[in-house]
Amino acid sequence: MAEFNLPQNSRLTEGKAWPKPAGASKVTEFKIYRWDPDTGANPRTDTYYVDREDCGPMVLDALIWIKNKVDPTLTFRRSCREGICGSCAMNMDGKNGLACTTGIDECGGKDKVAIYPLPHMPVVKDLVPDLTRFYAQHASIEPWLKTTTPAPEKEWSQGREDREKLDGLYECILCACCSTSCPSYWWNGDRYLGPAALLQAYRWLIDSRDEATGERLDNLEDPFRLYRCHTIMNCANACPKGLNPAKAIAEVKKMMVARQL
Amino acid sequence: MSIAHRATGVALYGGTLLIALWLIAAASGPAAYETAQAVAGSLLGRLVLFGYTFVLLHHMVGGVRHFVWDLGHGYSPQARMNLAKYSVVVSGGLTLLVWIVALTR
Repeated sequence: MAEFNLPQNSRLTEGKAWPKPAGASKVTEFKIYRWDPDTGANPRTDTYYVDREDCGPMVLDALIWIKNKVDPTLTFRRSCREGICGSCAMNMDGKNGLACTTGIDECGGKDKVAIYPLPHMPVVKDLVPDLTRFYAQHASIEPWLKTTTPAPEKEWSQGREDREKLDGLYECILCACCSTSCPSYWWNGDRYLGPAALLQAYRWLIDSRDEATGERLDNLEDPFRLYRCHTIMNCANACPKGLNPAKAIAEVKKMMVARQL
Repeated sequence: MSIAHRATGVALYGGTLLIALWLIAAASGPAAYETAQAVAGSLLGRLVLFGYTFVLLHHMVGGVRHFVWDLGHGYSPQARMNLAKYSVVVSGGLTLLVWIVALTR
């Protein structure tokens, strides 16, 4: 349910300001959320100064620069550095996105960037959120092809037009930027599936090869699982892949109505 | 915009209370009704009523916006921004229109 105050042990404190790089002509200040489960201390924001002449253009470049040259204890997830794995999703200057595809200069603050983990998720350490429930919700929509007819000799074929229905859906990399930007998910994340899982649900609902449409809709016919979406649209604004979970959810709602007619 | 729709929805409860008070006053007799009319007609009363008009119309226009979405339209980034802008402009414009008509009659 709604919590308006952070628990005592989650209140942010001002952390350490690390020294500026010597002799750098262009410096950007990074304020980064830090929390270490082993110390028992409250989370803090540390300030780092990045030498932009010595660092790549993306936020992820700056994080790696800091980890290599300033503070090796800074913890974050990253893998592909090209926006396809979804590991480095975080909140940069108040907007969720992938650190590897977000330019340092694209962030709101001029020479300052504030970096936090994805909002309203339990934190494992520093910028690493616990996505266990998020993945469980994805699993709950059974994201695989379900059929009852006997398997064909070769593959389940799909025409060009039917395949095109999956465009704008199959590209989802499950980075969780959308779900963690959704106020409805913040408030009811334990019962509302959230935009990412629902976009995935729609991806299987309109797959021409899938034969479990009714069963899938039954599973979503619930005041919380689907209908906590209030068309707030933060999900579509946040998606770093330019997808539109809000529209996918609307299509699911339409399917719910259509099957009753 | 989403939170504005919610905020106006909550504010409408207060507005409904005002209408209820006005109806109670009207039902209680001429003296009470006179008092209610005087309060509503005062500068502060008119200011509150002006705010109530905007809140009501903003929530109504927001409702139309949600109706468009429920029909499956207006989800593109451009359409979303336009709908947000229109709902402010249209609700503001309607509020002014209501008051211009009310004050010039």
